[in-house]
Amino acid sequence: MLDTTAGKISAFIAHRFPKATITDADDIFSLGFINSLFAMELVMFLEKEFGITLPNNELVIDNFRTVTRMAELVGRLRPEPAAV
Amino acid sequence: MTIDQLATATGERVNAVLRRTVLDHVAPERVAPDRTVPTRPAPDRAAAREFVDEYVVPHADRWDTLGKIPQELLTRIGEAGLWAPFLPAEVGGHGVSMAVLGEIHEEVGRGCSSVRSLLTVHTMVSWALRRWGTETQLRRWGAALAAGDLLGAFCLSEPGAGTDTDSLTTTAQRTDEGWLLNGTKKWITNGQRADLFLVFARGPHGTVALLVPRWSPGVTVLPIEGMLGTRASMLAEVAFRDVALDADALLGPTGLASGMVLTGTLDLGRYSVAVGSVGIIQACLDACSDYASRRQVRGSALRELPLIQAKLSDMVTDVRAARLLCAEAGRLKDLGDPATIMATWVAKYFASCAAAKHASEAVQIHGANGCSPEYPVARFYRDAKVMEIIEGSTEIQRITIAAEADRTWGV
Ligand SMILES: Cc1cc2nc3c(=O)[nH]c(=O)nc-3n(C[C@H](O)[C@H](O)[C@H](O)COP(=O)(O)OP(=O)(O)OC[C@H]3O[C@@H](n4cnc5c(N)ncnc54)[C@H](O)[C@@H]3O)c2cc1C
Repeated sequence: MLDTTAGKISAFIAHRFPKATITDADDIFSLGFINSLFAMELVMFLEKEFGITLPNNELVIDNFRTVTRMAELVGRLRPEPAAV
Repeated sequence: MTIDQLATATGERVNAVLRRTVLDHVAPERVAPDRTVPTRPAPDRAAAREFVDEYVVPHADRWDTLGKIPQELLTRIGEAGLWAPFLPAEVGGHGVSMAVLGEIHEEVGRGCSSVRSLLTVHTMVSWALRRWGTETQLRRWGAALAAGDLLGAFCLSEPGAGTDTDSLTTTAQRTDEGWLLNGTKKWITNGQRADLFLVFARGPHGTVALLVPRWSPGVTVLPIEGMLGTRASMLAEVAFRDVALDADALLGPTGLASGMVLTGTLDLGRYSVAVGSVGIIQACLDACSDYASRRQVRGSALRELPLIQAKLSDMVTDVRAARLLCAEAGRLKDLGDPATIMATWVAKYFASCAAAKHASEAVQIHGANGCSPEYPVARFYRDAKVMEIIEGSTEIQRITIAAEADRTWGV
Protein backbone atom coordinates (compact mmCIF):
# COMPACT_ATOMS: atom_id res chain seq x y z
CA MET A 1 0.00 0.00 0.00
CA LEU A 2 2.69 2.49 1.07
CA ASP A 3 4.58 2.32 -2.18
CA THR A 4 1.58 3.16 -4.33
CA THR A 5 0.90 6.78 -5.19
CA ALA A 6 -2.32 6.79 -3.15
CA GLY A 7 -0.49 5.09 -0.27
CA LYS A 8 2.18 7.77 -0.18
CA ILE A 9 -0.41 10.54 -0.25
CA SER A 10 -2.39 8.89 2.55
CA ALA A 11 0.75 8.49 4.60
CA PHE A 12 1.56 12.19 4.19
CA ILE A 13 -1.91 13.23 5.32
CA ALA A 14 -1.78 10.78 8.23
CA HIS A 15 1.61 12.20 9.21
CA ARG A 16 0.20 15.74 9.24
CA PHE A 17 -3.04 14.71 11.00
CA PRO A 18 -2.11 11.75 13.21
CA LYS A 19 -5.46 11.79 14.98
CA ALA A 20 -7.57 11.51 11.83
CA THR A 21 -8.57 8.40 9.96
CA ILE A 22 -9.38 8.96 6.32
CA THR A 23 -10.00 6.61 3.45
CA ASP A 24 -8.91 7.19 -0.13
CA ALA A 25 -12.45 8.22 -1.02
CA ASP A 26 -13.10 10.66 1.87
CA ASP A 27 -13.57 14.29 0.86
CA ILE A 28 -10.83 15.99 2.87
CA PHE A 29 -12.41 19.40 2.27
CA SER A 30 -15.70 18.44 3.83
CA LEU A 31 -13.82 16.86 6.76
CA GLY A 32 -12.37 20.32 7.41
CA PHE A 33 -8.69 19.47 7.00
CA ILE A 34 -7.84 21.98 4.37
CA ASN A 35 -6.62 25.45 5.15
CA SER A 36 -4.31 27.42 2.89
CA LEU A 37 -1.26 26.37 4.92
CA PHE A 38 -2.02 22.67 4.52
CA ALA A 39 -2.97 23.19 0.86
CA MET A 40 0.48 24.67 0.26
CA GLU A 41 2.13 21.79 2.13
CA LEU A 42 0.15 19.32 0.06
CA VAL A 43 1.20 20.92 -3.22
CA MET A 44 4.84 20.96 -2.13
CA PHE A 45 4.60 17.33 -1.06
CA LEU A 46 3.10 16.18 -4.37
CA GLU A 47 5.67 18.10 -6.40
CA LYS A 48 8.64 16.86 -4.40
CA GLU A 49 7.55 13.29 -3.82
CA PHE A 50 6.49 12.60 -7.39
CA GLY A 51 8.84 14.93 -9.26
CA ILE A 52 6.04 16.86 -10.93
CA THR A 53 5.17 20.53 -11.35
CA LEU A 54 1.55 21.40 -10.78
CA PRO A 55 0.48 23.95 -13.36
CA ASN A 56 -1.97 26.68 -12.32
CA ASN A 57 -4.81 25.14 -14.32
CA GLU A 58 -4.58 21.89 -12.32
CA LEU A 59 -4.74 23.70 -8.97
CA VAL A 60 -8.49 23.29 -8.69
CA ILE A 61 -10.33 21.98 -5.70
CA ASP A 62 -11.67 18.89 -7.44
CA ASN A 63 -8.16 17.57 -8.04
CA PHE A 64 -7.44 17.62 -4.31
CA ARG A 65 -10.77 16.49 -2.90
CA THR A 66 -9.78 12.88 -2.18
CA VAL A 67 -6.63 10.79 -2.05
CA THR A 68 -7.84 8.98 -5.17
CA ARG A 69 -8.26 12.24 -7.10
CA MET A 70 -4.78 13.39 -6.09
CA ALA A 71 -3.32 10.06 -7.19
CA GLU A 72 -5.05 10.47 -10.56
CA LEU A 73 -3.64 13.98 -10.85
CA VAL A 74 -0.14 12.68 -10.18
CA GLY A 75 -0.68 9.92 -12.76
CA ARG A 76 -1.61 12.52 -15.39
CA LEU A 77 1.37 14.77 -14.70
CA ARG A 78 4.10 12.25 -13.99
CA PRO A 79 6.49 11.81 -16.90
CA GLU A 80 6.04 8.47 -18.69
CA PRO A 81 8.67 5.98 -17.51
CA ALA A 82 11.32 5.45 -20.17
CA ALA A 83 10.72 2.34 -22.32
CA VAL A 84 13.05 -0.55 -21.50
CA MET B 1 -2.17 56.57 -24.23
CA THR B 2 1.47 57.41 -25.03
CA ILE B 3 4.31 56.75 -22.65
CA ASP B 4 4.65 60.43 -21.89
CA GLN B 5 0.95 60.73 -21.19
CA LEU B 6 1.28 57.80 -18.82
CA ALA B 7 4.16 59.55 -17.12
CA THR B 8 2.18 62.75 -16.75
CA ALA B 9 -0.86 60.85 -15.53
CA THR B 10 1.03 59.20 -12.71
CA GLY B 11 3.15 62.22 -11.94
CA GLU B 12 5.98 59.84 -11.21
CA ARG B 13 9.59 59.75 -12.28
CA VAL B 14 9.91 58.04 -15.63
CA ASN B 15 13.44 57.04 -16.38
CA ALA B 16 14.84 55.05 -19.23
CA VAL B 17 14.10 51.83 -17.41
CA LEU B 18 10.46 52.65 -16.97
CA ARG B 19 10.19 53.69 -20.59
CA ARG B 20 11.65 50.37 -21.64
CA THR B 21 9.33 48.49 -19.32
CA VAL B 22 6.29 50.34 -20.58
CA LEU B 23 7.37 49.27 -24.06
CA ASP B 24 7.78 45.72 -22.79
CA HIS B 25 4.35 46.00 -21.28
CA VAL B 26 3.03 46.55 -24.79
CA ALA B 27 5.30 43.96 -26.36
CA PRO B 28 6.62 41.40 -23.85
CA GLU B 29 8.96 39.87 -26.41
CA ARG B 30 11.03 43.06 -26.28
CA VAL B 31 12.67 42.19 -22.95
CA ALA B 32 16.31 43.11 -23.40
CA PRO B 33 18.28 39.95 -24.15
CA ASP B 34 21.47 41.28 -22.53
CA ARG B 35 19.81 40.90 -19.12
CA THR B 36 19.62 37.14 -19.37
CA VAL B 37 23.29 36.33 -18.78
CA PRO B 38 24.64 37.11 -15.32
CA THR B 39 27.96 38.87 -15.67
CA ARG B 40 29.21 38.63 -12.10
CA PRO B 41 29.63 35.72 -9.69
CA ALA B 42 26.59 34.69 -7.66
CA PRO B 43 26.41 36.68 -4.43
CA ASP B 44 26.91 34.87 -1.13
CA ARG B 45 27.23 35.74 2.56
CA ALA B 46 30.81 36.96 2.23
CA ALA B 47 29.98 39.26 -0.69
CA ALA B 48 26.88 40.56 1.09
CA ARG B 49 28.88 41.19 4.28
CA GLU B 50 31.49 43.18 2.41
CA PHE B 51 28.77 45.16 0.62
CA VAL B 52 26.90 45.89 3.85
CA ASP B 53 30.04 46.94 5.74
CA GLU B 54 31.07 49.31 2.96
CA TYR B 55 27.79 50.79 1.74
CA VAL B 56 25.15 50.23 4.43
CA VAL B 57 26.52 50.25 8.00
CA PRO B 58 28.18 53.69 7.79
CA HIS B 59 24.95 55.33 6.57
CA ALA B 60 22.10 53.42 8.20
CA ASP B 61 21.56 55.86 11.08
CA ARG B 62 21.40 58.81 8.69
CA TRP B 63 18.86 57.04 6.47
CA ASP B 64 16.83 56.23 9.57
CA THR B 65 16.71 59.93 10.43
CA LEU B 66 15.95 60.93 6.85
CA GLY B 67 13.24 58.28 6.56
CA LYS B 68 14.50 57.26 3.15
CA ILE B 69 16.97 54.99 1.39
CA PRO B 70 18.76 56.94 -1.36
CA GLN B 71 18.47 55.82 -4.97
CA GLU B 72 22.25 55.48 -5.07
CA LEU B 73 22.09 52.55 -2.65
CA LEU B 74 19.19 50.95 -4.52
CA THR B 75 21.26 51.11 -7.70
CA ARG B 76 24.28 49.64 -5.93
CA ILE B 77 22.18 46.73 -4.65
CA GLY B 78 21.26 46.03 -8.27
CA GLU B 79 24.88 46.21 -9.38
CA ALA B 80 25.82 43.75 -6.65
CA GLY B 81 23.09 41.38 -7.86
CA LEU B 82 21.36 41.37 -4.47
CA TRP B 83 17.77 42.20 -5.39
CA ALA B 84 16.59 38.72 -6.37
CA PRO B 85 19.62 36.46 -6.77
CA PHE B 86 17.48 33.33 -6.42
CA LEU B 87 15.80 33.97 -9.78
CA PRO B 88 17.04 31.64 -12.50
CA ALA B 89 19.82 32.65 -14.87
CA GLU B 90 17.34 32.72 -17.78
CA VAL B 91 15.88 35.94 -16.40
CA GLY B 92 19.14 37.37 -15.15
CA GLY B 93 19.28 35.91 -11.64
CA HIS B 94 21.89 33.59 -10.21
CA GLY B 95 19.75 30.72 -9.01
CA VAL B 96 21.17 31.01 -5.48
CA SER B 97 19.68 28.64 -2.94
CA MET B 98 17.20 29.72 -0.30
CA ALA B 99 19.84 28.91 2.33
CA VAL B 100 22.24 31.40 0.77
CA LEU B 101 19.46 33.93 0.23
CA GLY B 102 18.79 33.73 3.97
CA GLU B 103 22.44 34.41 4.72
CA ILE B 104 22.41 37.43 2.41
CA HIS B 105 19.29 38.86 4.04
CA GLU B 106 20.77 38.26 7.49
CA GLU B 107 23.83 40.30 6.55
CA VAL B 108 21.68 43.10 5.16
CA GLY B 109 19.50 42.97 8.28
CA ARG B 110 22.61 43.32 10.41
CA GLY B 111 23.38 46.58 8.64
CA CYS B 112 19.93 48.11 8.23
CA SER B 113 16.47 46.64 8.74
CA SER B 114 14.96 49.23 6.40
CA VAL B 115 17.11 48.07 3.51
CA ARG B 116 16.37 44.46 4.44
CA SER B 117 12.65 45.28 4.38
CA LEU B 118 12.96 46.55 0.81
CA LEU B 119 14.71 43.30 -0.12
CA THR B 120 12.02 41.29 1.68
CA VAL B 121 9.07 42.68 -0.26
CA HIS B 122 10.98 42.62 -3.54
CA THR B 123 11.83 38.99 -2.83
CA MET B 124 8.19 38.17 -2.15
CA VAL B 125 7.06 39.63 -5.46
CA SER B 126 9.91 38.06 -7.43
CA TRP B 127 9.44 34.67 -5.79
CA ALA B 128 5.69 34.69 -6.41
CA LEU B 129 6.36 35.54 -10.04
CA ARG B 130 8.80 32.67 -10.39
CA ARG B 131 6.56 30.20 -8.55
CA TRP B 132 3.20 31.10 -10.07
CA GLY B 133 3.93 33.25 -13.11
CA THR B 134 3.16 32.23 -16.67
CA GLU B 135 5.89 32.32 -19.29
CA THR B 136 4.52 35.63 -20.56
CA GLN B 137 4.54 37.15 -17.06
CA LEU B 138 8.07 35.94 -16.44
CA ARG B 139 9.23 37.44 -19.71
CA ARG B 140 7.47 40.69 -18.99
CA TRP B 141 8.71 41.24 -15.45
CA GLY B 142 11.46 38.72 -14.58
CA ALA B 143 14.56 40.42 -15.98
CA ALA B 144 13.68 43.86 -14.64
CA LEU B 145 12.97 42.42 -11.16
CA ALA B 146 16.19 40.39 -11.18
CA ALA B 147 18.21 43.49 -12.05
CA GLY B 148 16.32 45.75 -9.65
CA ASP B 149 15.35 47.99 -12.59
CA LEU B 150 11.84 47.54 -11.28
CA LEU B 151 11.20 47.20 -7.56
CA GLY B 152 8.34 45.15 -6.17
CA ALA B 153 6.04 45.78 -3.20
CA PHE B 154 3.61 43.47 -1.44
CA CYS B 155 0.11 44.85 -0.89
CA LEU B 156 -2.02 42.85 1.51
CA SER B 157 -2.80 44.97 4.60
CA GLU B 158 -5.60 47.52 4.57
CA PRO B 159 -6.71 50.19 7.02
CA GLY B 160 -9.23 47.71 8.44
CA ALA B 161 -7.51 44.37 7.77
CA GLY B 162 -4.08 43.29 9.00
CA THR B 163 -3.85 39.88 10.65
CA ASP B 164 -7.45 39.26 9.68
CA THR B 165 -7.02 38.73 5.95
CA ASP B 166 -10.59 37.43 5.66
CA SER B 167 -11.70 41.04 6.09
CA LEU B 168 -10.02 42.40 2.95
CA THR B 169 -12.29 44.92 1.25
CA THR B 170 -10.22 45.57 -1.87
CA THR B 171 -12.09 44.02 -4.78
CA ALA B 172 -11.05 42.59 -8.13
CA GLN B 173 -13.95 42.31 -10.52
CA ARG B 174 -13.80 40.34 -13.73
CA THR B 175 -14.30 42.44 -16.88
CA ASP B 176 -14.28 41.55 -20.57
CA GLU B 177 -10.66 42.73 -20.83
CA GLY B 178 -9.41 41.40 -17.50
CA TRP B 179 -9.86 42.96 -14.06
CA LEU B 180 -11.09 46.09 -12.36
CA LEU B 181 -9.34 46.79 -9.06
CA ASN B 182 -10.73 48.99 -6.27
CA GLY B 183 -9.53 49.50 -2.72
CA THR B 184 -6.83 50.90 -0.44
CA LYS B 185 -3.74 49.16 0.92
CA LYS B 186 -1.86 50.47 3.94
CA TRP B 187 1.62 50.10 5.48
CA ILE B 188 3.10 49.09 2.14
CA THR B 189 6.87 48.75 2.51
CA ASN B 190 8.63 50.58 -0.32
CA GLY B 191 5.24 51.76 -1.54
CA GLN B 192 6.77 55.21 -2.02
CA ARG B 193 9.27 53.92 -4.53
CA ALA B 194 8.19 50.51 -5.87
CA ASP B 195 7.20 50.06 -9.49
CA LEU B 196 5.25 46.81 -9.39
CA PHE B 197 2.65 46.04 -6.74
CA LEU B 198 1.54 42.51 -5.95
CA VAL B 199 -2.00 43.21 -4.75
CA PHE B 200 -4.27 40.76 -2.95
CA ALA B 201 -7.96 41.42 -3.47
CA ARG B 202 -11.30 39.78 -3.04
CA GLY B 203 -12.09 38.10 -6.37
CA PRO B 204 -15.17 36.30 -7.63
CA HIS B 205 -14.21 33.01 -5.89
CA GLY B 206 -11.78 33.93 -3.12
CA THR B 207 -8.63 36.00 -2.85
CA VAL B 208 -6.76 36.75 -6.07
CA ALA B 209 -3.25 38.09 -6.59
CA LEU B 210 -2.75 40.77 -9.24
CA LEU B 211 0.41 42.34 -10.63
CA VAL B 212 -0.25 46.05 -10.84
CA PRO B 213 2.26 48.48 -12.39
CA ARG B 214 2.52 51.69 -10.43
CA TRP B 215 1.92 53.73 -13.55
CA SER B 216 -1.54 52.23 -14.13
CA PRO B 217 -4.15 54.99 -14.26
CA GLY B 218 -6.07 55.06 -10.97
CA VAL B 219 -3.11 54.19 -8.71
CA THR B 220 -2.20 56.82 -6.11
CA VAL B 221 0.51 56.66 -3.49
CA LEU B 222 0.46 58.51 -0.19
CA PRO B 223 3.72 58.35 1.81
CA ILE B 224 3.55 57.29 5.47
CA GLU B 225 6.17 59.01 7.60
CA GLY B 226 7.35 58.81 11.18
CA MET B 227 6.97 55.08 11.90
CA LEU B 228 8.49 53.67 15.09
CA GLY B 229 10.89 51.36 13.31
CA THR B 230 12.26 50.52 9.86
CA ARG B 231 11.79 54.24 9.38
CA ALA B 232 13.62 54.36 6.05
CA SER B 233 11.58 51.61 4.42
CA MET B 234 9.47 54.18 2.56
CA LEU B 235 6.03 53.00 3.62
CA ALA B 236 2.95 54.20 1.80
CA GLU B 237 -0.76 53.91 1.55
CA VAL B 238 -1.60 52.84 -1.97
CA ALA B 239 -5.06 53.43 -3.38
CA PHE B 240 -6.50 51.70 -6.45
CA ARG B 241 -9.48 53.47 -7.95
CA ASP B 242 -11.10 51.76 -10.95
CA VAL B 243 -7.74 50.41 -12.04
CA ALA B 244 -8.28 48.49 -15.28
CA LEU B 245 -5.88 45.59 -15.77
CA ASP B 246 -5.53 43.09 -18.57
CA ALA B 247 -6.22 39.39 -17.96
CA ASP B 248 -2.52 38.78 -17.68
CA ALA B 249 -2.37 40.70 -14.40
CA LEU B 250 -3.63 37.64 -12.53
CA LEU B 251 -0.81 35.74 -10.81
CA GLY B 252 -1.44 32.09 -10.03
CA PRO B 253 -4.67 30.15 -9.83
CA THR B 254 -8.08 31.50 -8.97
CA GLY B 255 -10.61 29.79 -6.75
CA LEU B 256 -9.69 28.01 -3.57
CA ALA B 257 -6.11 27.38 -4.65
CA SER B 258 -5.49 31.14 -4.95
CA GLY B 259 -5.00 31.24 -1.17
CA MET B 260 -1.81 29.31 -1.77
CA VAL B 261 -0.24 32.26 -3.56
CA LEU B 262 -0.67 34.29 -0.40
CA THR B 263 0.53 31.48 1.88
CA GLY B 264 3.60 30.82 -0.24
CA THR B 265 4.51 34.48 -0.62
CA LEU B 266 4.08 35.16 3.09
CA ASP B 267 6.28 32.15 3.83
CA LEU B 268 9.12 33.76 1.91
CA GLY B 269 8.53 37.10 3.62
CA ARG B 270 8.52 35.39 7.00
CA TYR B 271 11.80 33.67 6.19
CA SER B 272 13.39 36.99 5.23
CA VAL B 273 12.13 38.69 8.40
CA ALA B 274 13.39 35.74 10.48
CA VAL B 275 16.91 35.99 9.08
CA GLY B 276 16.72 39.78 9.26
CA SER B 277 15.97 39.38 12.98
CA VAL B 278 19.09 37.23 13.33
CA GLY B 279 20.95 40.13 11.71
CA ILE B 280 19.57 42.50 14.35
CA ILE B 281 20.72 40.23 17.21
CA GLN B 282 24.17 39.98 15.63
CA ALA B 283 24.32 43.76 15.27
CA CYS B 284 23.35 44.11 18.97
CA LEU B 285 26.07 41.66 19.92
CA ASP B 286 28.69 43.47 17.84
CA ALA B 287 27.72 46.84 19.29
CA CYS B 288 27.52 45.59 22.89
CA SER B 289 30.78 43.65 22.81
CA ASP B 290 32.54 46.73 21.57
CA TYR B 291 30.86 49.08 24.04
CA ALA B 292 31.26 46.76 27.02
CA SER B 293 34.99 46.50 26.45
CA ARG B 294 35.46 50.28 26.32
CA ARG B 295 32.98 51.67 28.84
CA GLN B 296 34.35 51.90 32.38
CA VAL B 297 32.28 51.91 35.57
CA ARG B 298 33.89 52.08 38.98
CA GLY B 299 37.25 51.38 37.42
CA SER B 300 36.38 48.27 35.46
CA ALA B 301 35.11 47.65 31.95
CA LEU B 302 31.43 46.77 31.67
CA ARG B 303 32.40 43.40 30.26
CA GLU B 304 33.87 42.44 33.66
CA LEU B 305 30.47 42.74 35.36
CA PRO B 306 28.59 39.46 35.81
CA LEU B 307 25.18 40.99 35.02
CA ILE B 308 26.49 42.41 31.74
CA GLN B 309 28.17 39.09 30.96
CA ALA B 310 24.83 37.36 31.45
CA LYS B 311 23.24 39.63 28.84
CA LEU B 312 26.08 39.05 26.37
CA SER B 313 26.06 35.29 26.86
CA ASP B 314 22.32 35.18 26.19
CA MET B 315 22.83 37.17 23.00
CA VAL B 316 25.51 34.77 21.83
CA THR B 317 23.33 31.76 22.58
CA ASP B 318 20.19 33.14 20.98
CA VAL B 319 21.89 34.40 17.85
CA ARG B 320 23.26 30.92 17.28
CA ALA B 321 19.96 29.23 17.99
CA ALA B 322 18.02 31.63 15.75
CA ARG B 323 20.54 31.25 12.95
CA LEU B 324 20.27 27.46 13.14
CA LEU B 325 16.47 27.56 13.06
CA CYS B 326 16.62 29.79 9.99
CA ALA B 327 19.23 27.61 8.31
CA GLU B 328 16.96 24.60 8.82
CA ALA B 329 14.02 26.45 7.28
CA GLY B 330 16.23 27.40 4.32
CA ARG B 331 17.54 23.88 3.92
CA LEU B 332 14.00 22.49 3.82
CA LYS B 333 13.01 25.13 1.25
CA ASP B 334 15.86 24.06 -0.97
CA LEU B 335 14.66 20.46 -0.70
CA GLY B 336 11.10 21.50 -1.58
CA ASP B 337 10.09 19.89 1.69
CA PRO B 338 6.66 21.02 2.96
CA ALA B 339 8.02 20.96 6.52
CA THR B 340 9.70 24.26 5.66
CA ILE B 341 6.46 26.14 6.23
CA MET B 342 6.20 25.26 9.94
CA ALA B 343 9.98 25.46 10.31
CA THR B 344 9.78 29.04 9.04
CA TRP B 345 6.98 29.95 11.46
CA VAL B 346 9.07 28.61 14.35
CA ALA B 347 12.25 30.33 13.14
CA LYS B 348 10.50 33.68 12.74
CA TYR B 349 8.80 33.42 16.11
CA PHE B 350 12.03 32.64 17.91
CA ALA B 351 14.23 35.08 16.01
CA SER B 352 11.88 38.07 16.17
CA CYS B 353 11.20 37.65 19.91
CA ALA B 354 14.91 37.19 20.58
CA ALA B 355 15.72 40.29 18.51
CA ALA B 356 13.24 42.40 20.49
CA LYS B 357 14.60 41.09 23.80
CA HIS B 358 18.27 41.57 22.95
CA ALA B 359 17.80 44.96 21.30
CA SER B 360 16.20 46.08 24.55
CA GLU B 361 19.17 44.70 26.50
CA ALA B 362 21.53 46.37 24.04
CA VAL B 363 20.03 49.76 24.89
CA GLN B 364 20.30 48.84 28.58
CA ILE B 365 24.01 48.00 28.27
CA HIS B 366 24.62 51.34 26.55
CA GLY B 367 22.76 53.33 29.22
CA ALA B 368 22.00 56.93 28.18
CA ASN B 369 24.22 56.51 25.13
CA GLY B 370 21.85 53.75 24.04
CA CYS B 371 18.98 56.22 24.02
CA SER B 372 20.87 58.71 21.89
CA PRO B 373 21.27 58.90 18.13
CA GLU B 374 25.02 58.58 18.54
CA TYR B 375 24.82 54.81 18.86
CA PRO B 376 22.91 52.46 16.56
CA VAL B 377 21.27 50.39 19.31
CA ALA B 378 18.28 52.74 19.62
CA ARG B 379 17.58 52.03 15.95
CA PHE B 380 17.95 48.27 16.54
CA TYR B 381 15.48 48.52 19.42
CA ARG B 382 12.85 50.30 17.32
CA ASP B 383 13.40 48.05 14.30
CA ALA B 384 13.26 44.88 16.41
CA LYS B 385 9.80 45.80 17.71
CA VAL B 386 8.52 45.89 14.14
CA MET B 387 9.78 42.32 13.60
CA GLU B 388 7.25 41.13 16.20
CA ILE B 389 4.38 42.63 14.20
CA ILE B 390 5.10 41.99 10.51
CA GLU B 391 4.81 38.75 8.50
CA GLY B 392 2.73 37.09 11.18
CA SER B 393 2.60 38.88 14.54
CA THR B 394 3.88 37.12 17.65
CA GLU B 395 0.30 36.29 18.65
CA ILE B 396 -0.46 34.72 15.27
CA GLN B 397 2.83 32.78 15.42
CA ARG B 398 1.84 31.38 18.78
CA ILE B 399 -1.64 30.45 17.60
CA THR B 400 -0.24 28.68 14.53
CA ILE B 401 2.51 26.87 16.40
CA ALA B 402 0.10 25.78 19.14
CA ALA B 403 -2.31 24.48 16.48
CA GLU B 404 0.56 22.46 15.06
CA ALA B 405 1.32 21.08 18.52
CA ASP B 406 -2.28 20.08 18.97
CA ARG B 407 -2.45 18.51 15.52
CA THR B 408 0.72 16.53 16.10
CA TRP B 409 0.70 15.64 19.78
CA GLY B 410 -2.80 16.30 21.08
CA VAL B 411 -5.05 13.40 22.01
C1 LIG C 1 6.88 48.75 9.41
C2 LIG C 1 5.75 47.94 8.83
C3 LIG C 1 5.84 47.52 7.51
C4 LIG C 1 4.75 46.83 6.93
N1 LIG C 1 4.83 46.45 5.61
C5 LIG C 1 3.76 45.86 5.03
C6 LIG C 1 3.78 45.53 3.63
O1 LIG C 1 4.77 45.74 2.93
N2 LIG C 1 2.67 44.98 3.08
C7 LIG C 1 1.55 44.71 3.82
O2 LIG C 1 0.60 44.20 3.26
N3 LIG C 1 1.51 44.99 5.15
C8 LIG C 1 2.58 45.56 5.77
N4 LIG C 1 2.55 45.87 7.12
C9 LIG C 1 1.35 45.59 7.88
C10 LIG C 1 1.50 44.34 8.75
O3 LIG C 1 1.50 43.20 7.97
C11 LIG C 1 0.36 44.37 9.78
O4 LIG C 1 0.63 45.44 10.64
C12 LIG C 1 0.25 43.07 10.54
O5 LIG C 1 -0.26 42.07 9.73
C13 LIG C 1 -0.66 43.22 11.77
O6 LIG C 1 -1.90 43.72 11.38
P1 LIG C 1 -2.53 45.00 12.11
O7 LIG C 1 -1.45 46.01 12.26
O8 LIG C 1 -3.73 45.41 11.35
O9 LIG C 1 -2.92 44.49 13.52
P2 LIG C 1 -4.32 43.84 13.94
O10 LIG C 1 -4.69 42.78 12.99
O11 LIG C 1 -5.30 44.93 14.17
O12 LIG C 1 -3.94 43.20 15.32
C14 LIG C 1 -3.69 43.99 16.50
C15 LIG C 1 -3.06 43.12 17.55
O13 LIG C 1 -3.93 42.06 17.88
C16 LIG C 1 -3.27 40.82 17.74
N5 LIG C 1 -4.20 39.80 17.30
C17 LIG C 1 -4.83 39.73 16.10
N6 LIG C 1 -5.57 38.61 16.02
C18 LIG C 1 -5.41 37.96 17.20
C19 LIG C 1 -5.91 36.75 17.74
N7 LIG C 1 -6.73 35.96 17.04
N8 LIG C 1 -5.53 36.41 19.00
C20 LIG C 1 -4.69 37.20 19.71
N9 LIG C 1 -4.18 38.34 19.25
C21 LIG C 1 -4.52 38.73 18.01
C22 LIG C 1 -2.18 41.08 16.73
O14 LIG C 1 -1.13 40.15 16.85
C23 LIG C 1 -1.76 42.48 17.10
O15 LIG C 1 -0.85 42.41 18.16
C24 LIG C 1 3.62 46.54 7.71
C25 LIG C 1 3.58 46.93 9.05
C26 LIG C 1 4.62 47.63 9.60
C27 LIG C 1 4.53 48.06 11.04
